[in-house]
Amino acid sequence: MARKLLLAHIDVPGIHTFDVYRQNGGYRAVEKALRTMSPDEVVEEVKKSGLRGRGGAGFPTGMKWGFLAKPEGVPRYLVCNGDESEPGTFKDRYLMTYIPHLLIEGMIVSSYALGANTSYIYIRGEMMPQIHIVEKAIAEAKAAGFLGKNILGTGYDLEIHVQPGGGAYICGEETALLESLEGERGNPRIKPPFPAVAGLYGCPTVVNNVESIAATVPIVNDGGEEYAKIGIERSTGTKLISASGNLVRPGVYEIEMGLPMEEFIYSDEYCGGIANGKRLKAVVAGGSSVPILPTHLALKTANGEPRLMTYESLADGGFVTGTAMGSGGFIAFDEDQCIVRNTLNFTRFYHHESCGQCSPCREGTGWMEKVLHKIEYGYGDISDIDLLWDIQQKIDGHTICPLGDASAWPVASAIRHFRDEFEWHILHPEEAQTRNYGLVGEVVES
Amino acid sequence: MADEKFKVTIDGIPVEVAPGTTILNAARQVGGDIVPPAMCYYSKLEGSGGKCRTCLVKVSKGSEKDPRPMPKLVASCRTTVMDGMEVQNITSPDVLEARKGVVEMLLINHPLDCPVCDQAGECKLQDLSYEHGVSQTRYEFKRRTFEPIDIGDNIKLHMNRCILCYRCVYVADQLTGKREHGIINRGDHAEISTFIENALDNDFIGNVIDVCPVGALTDRTFRFKSRVWFTKPVDAHRDCPTCSGKVTLWYKGEEVLRVTARKDEYNEVEAFICDTCRFDKKKTVDWILEEPTPISKQSVIDANHYNVFSPPPVIKKNLQLQEANEEQLERTERLK
Repeated sequence: MARKLLLAHIDVPGIHTFDVYRQNGGYRAVEKALRTMSPDEVVEEVKKSGLRGRGGAGFPTGMKWGFLAKPEGVPRYLVCNGDESEPGTFKDRYLMTYIPHLLIEGMIVSSYALGANTSYIYIRGEMMPQIHIVEKAIAEAKAAGFLGKNILGTGYDLEIHVQPGGGAYICGEETALLESLEGERGNPRIKPPFPAVAGLYGCPTVVNNVESIAATVPIVNDGGEEYAKIGIERSTGTKLISASGNLVRPGVYEIEMGLPMEEFIYSDEYCGGIANGKRLKAVVAGGSSVPILPTHLALKTANGEPRLMTYESLADGGFVTGTAMGSGGFIAFDEDQCIVRNTLNFTRFYHHESCGQCSPCREGTGWMEKVLHKIEYGYGDISDIDLLWDIQQKIDGHTICPLGDASAWPVASAIRHFRDEFEWHILHPEEAQTRNYGLVGEVVES
Repeated sequence: MADEKFKVTIDGIPVEVAPGTTILNAARQVGGDIVPPAMCYYSKLEGSGGKCRTCLVKVSKGSEKDPRPMPKLVASCRTTVMDGMEVQNITSPDVLEARKGVVEMLLINHPLDCPVCDQAGECKLQDLSYEHGVSQTRYEFKRRTFEPIDIGDNIKLHMNRCILCYRCVYVADQLTGKREHGIINRGDHAEISTFIENALDNDFIGNVIDVCPVGALTDRTFRFKSRVWFTKPVDAHRDCPTCSGKVTLWYKGEEVLRVTARKDEYNEVEAFICDTCRFDKKKTVDWILEEPTPISKQSVIDANHYNVFSPPPVIKKNLQLQEANEEQLERTERLK
């Protein structure tokens, strides 16, 4: 049985309440950090742990905290990014629903480390139940003296506010989130300046994912070195994976970094294989924006080594034969799924969610959706594939924020790995309406 | 360290600029072909820029201290220079290709109704697409469309033509103090709109017309009066209690068809003007003429170019005006 750090007590009945959480060792990290450690020591432990941002980019959290500017007389803020909107990712919602106090505990520890006296949890508006749960958890923690003025008699003050978002994907981008939090239109800011220098209300700010903040709790409890023992290389600790798609047992799993992807899909401890005895066709390993991989590249890297669930192994081969860890939104496709349709679905999402600030993303995402729509519904032209390739190239890397890149990568990878399926769609428009392409190289001409 | 200078090389041309200068402004100090085009950046509007992505450049050397190149193309209007930075603009095929892509994207939802657009002839999008675009579009779908609406007594909004540069939003924010329009919706369905039941009504709101790089915001008092290249721009001024009063009058024959602020070579106004000057003072008697506005040889407005502007007869008839325009009259006599 793999070690569980975040979801260790998830099955305890009533763990969402303060009392049960406390009886199961909750808020030990707050006591330890506030009573025995200085803020810098907490930052040092997080640096030692090698924890990397769980929101998608995988930037080392300790390093991010180290960048925080600390001018005199200016407040600093910690903002928790709970605007989880990536298609395929639902781990933060799970965490906030079932074990909200873990997030609150992490928020207190992290805020203490950063010297923030006001912290925000930004949760997307669709997650109303989770907002209520987290607000209730905050009230409970406050009643127990873990929030408010002079926490545990240590002289440290902290208030945590929950801010519901409007449900825009773009507000998960850290600077757009800050704009939204300030009450402005959620347009990403142009960086630099980075939030660590001028973030919320122009003050130094750290924005962290829900899971990253929760992970600081075991790091403080057991020490950063202990945490770093889990996992391999620069991918340390455990990671929540939201598995969905054609799996026997989809759901949120906490894995140790370094688990082979094959084991994750087929082992009974995790997803239990592909549903209905079908074969695996493709995998999106980290949420809709990371490149999709066909089975042979998903289970083995281009060198023939087993593909592991780590930042490095998933990225092995770059975007040509690899993918990325992303936010851990694991989507499995069986042989009956249509890649063209799926790509259209993803692109429609990005078209809908583009903020419209910069031209390539605003216009390009809509264009790609229209071309894909045309191909999917049997009006495609063979030159449309090259057109799509060219459009995604014109978006990738030319935009203010990563949404442009995120919209380009799924299209690029789908064409790169499943070009034959696109061609089949275009050459057999009527047949494509009635049946699916199936696995690569298996098409029987009818 | 006030006079400390950073040395930057843009397309092989070295220039020394003050720290904090953006790459675009450093290039403007050099001038000529190497200046990246800018559709959304406006030096007089704080916070503008970074949106249109036409000014993308490649930074092939970050700085003297950290010579690594930047991984992506950067928006030159919002990237400040570092000492020893090397920038490639027109010498980089990547940049030209990316810019071509941006121009194509800007045009896919643009109606291309230049034949009936008041901005034609002084439109930055026209210039940009002539320079960087291709003659045919690969876009074969329906374009997004809106009905033209009046968003104020004197301002017409053609949302179809808008490229969402946000300049007019910044003008309203920074010049008028009370913004009554903004961007609603997201993505390619985003549009400029006034807040519910509000009209743009402010002493300085007419400036949104001047900052608009395309024909999305046009002057209703000039609407369909003339093609811009049939008019002759003349610099003039008046003693205005609210603004600097320094304007350009656009004459057709003896009639002033339009009043705008004076613009520099990058199409930016020198000083914002008030709505009274812009919309209400359309008689020669209101103004003291200076001289013909210098117009770039590349511009279509230069087509029927001229050096001498002959003052309308109204000046010769009116003694007071004669006195006020003495210098101009003398100059005209001299050049005859």
